[in-house]
Amino acid sequence: MTAMQTSVAVKDLELAYGSVTVLNGLNLDIAEGEFIVLLGPSGCGKSTLLNCIAGLLDITDGQIWIKGKNVTWEEPKDRGIGMVFQSYALYPQMTVRGNLSFGLKNAGLPRPEIEKRIARAAEILQIEPLLERKPAALSGGQRQRVAIGRALVRDVDVFLFDEPLSNLDAKLRSELRVEIKRLHQQLRNTMIYVTHDQIEALTLADRIAVMRGGYIQQLADPKTIYNRPANLFVAGFIGSPAMTMLKGRIDAAGAFAMDGLSVPLAGYNGAVPPAGTEAILGVRPEHVAIAPASDGPGDGPGDGPGDGLPATIDIDEPMGSDSLLWMTIAGQPISARIEADHPFRQGQPVRLGFDIPRCSLFDRKSEQRL
Amino acid sequence: MAAQRPSQLFRNLNAKIASIPMILTAVVVFLGGTLWTVVYSFTDSKLLPRLRFVGLDQYERLWSSNRWLVSIENLAIYGILSLVFSLVIGFVLAALLDQKIRFEDTFRTIFLYPFALSFIVTGLVWQWLLNPDLGIASVIRGLGWTSFTFDPLYNADIVIYGILIAGLWQGTGLVMCLMLAGLRGIDEDIWKAARVDGIPMWKTYLFIVIPMMRPVFITTLVLITAGIVKLYDLVVAQTGGGPGIASEVPAKYVYDMMFLAQNLGQGFAASTMMLLTVAIILIPWAYLEFGGKRRG
Amino acid sequence: MADLSLPATAAARVEPRGARPRPALSRRNVILYGTLIVVALYYLLPLYVMVVTSLKGMPEIRLGNIFSPPMEITFQPWVKAWAEACTGLNCDGLSRGFWNSVRITVPSVVISIAIASVNGYALANWRFRGSEVFFAILIFGAFIPYQVMLYPIVILLREIGLYGTLTGLVIVHSIFGMPILTLLFRNYFASVPEELFKAARVDGAGFWGIYLKIMLPMALPIFVVAIILQVTGIWNDFLFGVVYTRPDTYPMTVQLNNIVNSTQGVKEYNVNMAATIITGLVPLVIYFISGKLFVRGIAAGAVKG
Repeated sequence: MTAMQTSVAVKDLELAYGSVTVLNGLNLDIAEGEFIVLLGPSGCGKSTLLNCIAGLLDITDGQIWIKGKNVTWEEPKDRGIGMVFQSYALYPQMTVRGNLSFGLKNAGLPRPEIEKRIARAAEILQIEPLLERKPAALSGGQRQRVAIGRALVRDVDVFLFDEPLSNLDAKLRSELRVEIKRLHQQLRNTMIYVTHDQIEALTLADRIAVMRGGYIQQLADPKTIYNRPANLFVAGFIGSPAMTMLKGRIDAAGAFAMDGLSVPLAGYNGAVPPAGTEAILGVRPEHVAIAPASDGPGDGPGDGPGDGLPATIDIDEPMGSDSLLWMTIAGQPISARIEADHPFRQGQPVRLGFDIPRCSLFDRKSEQRL
Repeated sequence: MAAQRPSQLFRNLNAKIASIPMILTAVVVFLGGTLWTVVYSFTDSKLLPRLRFVGLDQYERLWSSNRWLVSIENLAIYGILSLVFSLVIGFVLAALLDQKIRFEDTFRTIFLYPFALSFIVTGLVWQWLLNPDLGIASVIRGLGWTSFTFDPLYNADIVIYGILIAGLWQGTGLVMCLMLAGLRGIDEDIWKAARVDGIPMWKTYLFIVIPMMRPVFITTLVLITAGIVKLYDLVVAQTGGGPGIASEVPAKYVYDMMFLAQNLGQGFAASTMMLLTVAIILIPWAYLEFGGKRRG
Repeated sequence: MADLSLPATAAARVEPRGARPRPALSRRNVILYGTLIVVALYYLLPLYVMVVTSLKGMPEIRLGNIFSPPMEITFQPWVKAWAEACTGLNCDGLSRGFWNSVRITVPSVVISIAIASVNGYALANWRFRGSEVFFAILIFGAFIPYQVMLYPIVILLREIGLYGTLTGLVIVHSIFGMPILTLLFRNYFASVPEELFKAARVDGAGFWGIYLKIMLPMALPIFVVAIILQVTGIWNDFLFGVVYTRPDTYPMTVQLNNIVNSTQGVKEYNVNMAATIITGLVPLVIYFISGKLFVRGIAAGAVKG
């Protein structure tokens, strides 16, 4: 029925509130032990999808399978899942131990077994000293650890995370991110993780599902998502600073032409479309090489063929470790990331080269990658 | 050169002018009036207030008066039962309305409308409904249960329960509204977490949600209690304190002493006792709410 | 379900798909809605009985049961309640009390809200030394049983010659409306972003300018809440009416009680119920048209107890 290694399978999922359809014909297969991130802007349906998998929302049509079992009609507690919430959702009047044991007591587990599981979870998450405290006496990071612990003691195969780090400050967020990754490597559970933070997605995921408007736009490993975005939306959503989108068309020579400039597409990682296609060339800032106008093309790592393309520097944004240059090329804005102690200054004419194999070409009409 | 520093008194003058009614009310009426009454409760004022102090005489007379003791007993019974029932019924109704039901607004409107009515109207309606000859009791007898008697308003032993029925009808809607607001303030994720943990709904309410709503319960409790102490109109309308003195309450004792029996001293002493009751309830609450440090 | 290509052997077993099947008449729904409907009927019953009784003739009331609808509808009780019912020697019905109540309620509502809104604004935006102390006394005053302050106010009113007049009662209502209304307005104005207030000050507006041009227009919803709160509260008042007015200036509630609970003559239950409905009508109408705002008002007004 389902392949043995499939852990969670979503089949033709549809969810509608009255006449408003939130999810429509959604399919997703998640392998055993996989860490999958649902990524997208708010309102894209990622949390809704997670709640459907958990059984917290009643779906309109389709099926949910977990561990080869159709759980579409099962209660959340019977699905073999543990869940971690953005607001932690700890029971405020119970101690940490009480929070961890409440569900197990209700499931009727014997006392020693409960103790054993709490001890294990506390050890993994290093919250042993906190067990007798109440949530109000914990810091945000500690609360989130307890919330993870509550999922952990359930001894389940699938972990669901609903934006678990969004309420934490930047520093704690990166610390806990590493911890969640370590936890995954240690436990090898299937994890489904919802976030709007692309850094979390890129660092944690085995595969990322980028969502918009209730549809999965692209489902692939982080490298592919970053380097070969399936469409304009994914390309624009992933990457900070954002990918530069240059408008132009394919000329007879099979090069990308814009306002008199011609960018040869030799080495493009895909099929170059026929001449005359209205296209968009997506270039990430770190894939732009830059050289003073008097010289030939730059000697950077992205040294492209030809003489380089003329551009003017508008603004220099030093970011510490590197610098972001905002320029104009053929009347369109473009950004490039270069080392911090560069020789360029505002208003200076420069020549640019693109690392074509790592650029993306989109059809302007369909917005799909070519 | 240095501009003269304006007098402290005239700084922010407009705000002070605007606050004059509040200051007068707070100081003269609330503070002054209360002190005045307390002071005169130690005098032997009869028809007119006069400052001839008699120590605790009025209080001794008060506590040896049968009518006052009945009033206190009635208030205690009414107060405790009304507190318990309105909290329980109010919470249950709120919990039922919180189940994402259809027609929620309609039900809420129905449960709350009695609160818009005055105690006089409430008392008169229930006086009619509980009429032993023509009211509900007569309908039940008409159904064939011929020996049925339910005449709380004419039976000294149970008259206070007749008033309680009317009071609950009028006031439970408010409690429900406060509880519903409290329930809506509970983090949605808590419910989800409890569901994932497999905790049955009644247990979630009992062990998680109600403890989380402690502040709402305490505030509601204080509000109902302050209202109960003032219980007056309802009794006047429904029973007039009768039969005999069976349904007298302290607020009515005060009014009758002051304005009918021309025994001001007794009225002052009785109202001071009412103040004391409220203070006993209010001060610990105010301390918990505003004074004491929060403990984890 | 046709798109489910199940093997024939498994066809008997329905593969879970889509929404969990939930019969409309599940046990949960029956209990839930059943309880709600029964309770709703209990709450509606007195209103129903009031209306039905007021439309019956006395002979029918003496015969039948109070729940049965009138066999013959008569509006005579309403006419009598409004224009002819007696209290003591006056036999001009509830209409006098009604107009007294209007004459009490309208100025009381206007004055108390005007004072409290300015006051709340001063407390929120123009704090001065001691303002919070006075406010705290005011709020605690709201919990003091009225009985404690009844007589001192009698003396105050007598001193200024207003005891027993409608004006005197208006002052009393303004005083006792002050705690809750001031709290309401103070909290509302405190929630207005402070930058707005600062910007207006930089632009040269003063105490009254900011109140009239900036705060007042923003606070319209809270004014509606305050009006609802005060109209129902003052209309429903009994204690102050009976203490501070005389029989010819009695508000409606006092007069109603005197009509219904008068010991003279034969009890006319239909007239009594008609009078009761008429008295309850003003707050009921306000309640039913104001809906959610009323709830907001009483949630704030609950402090009044």
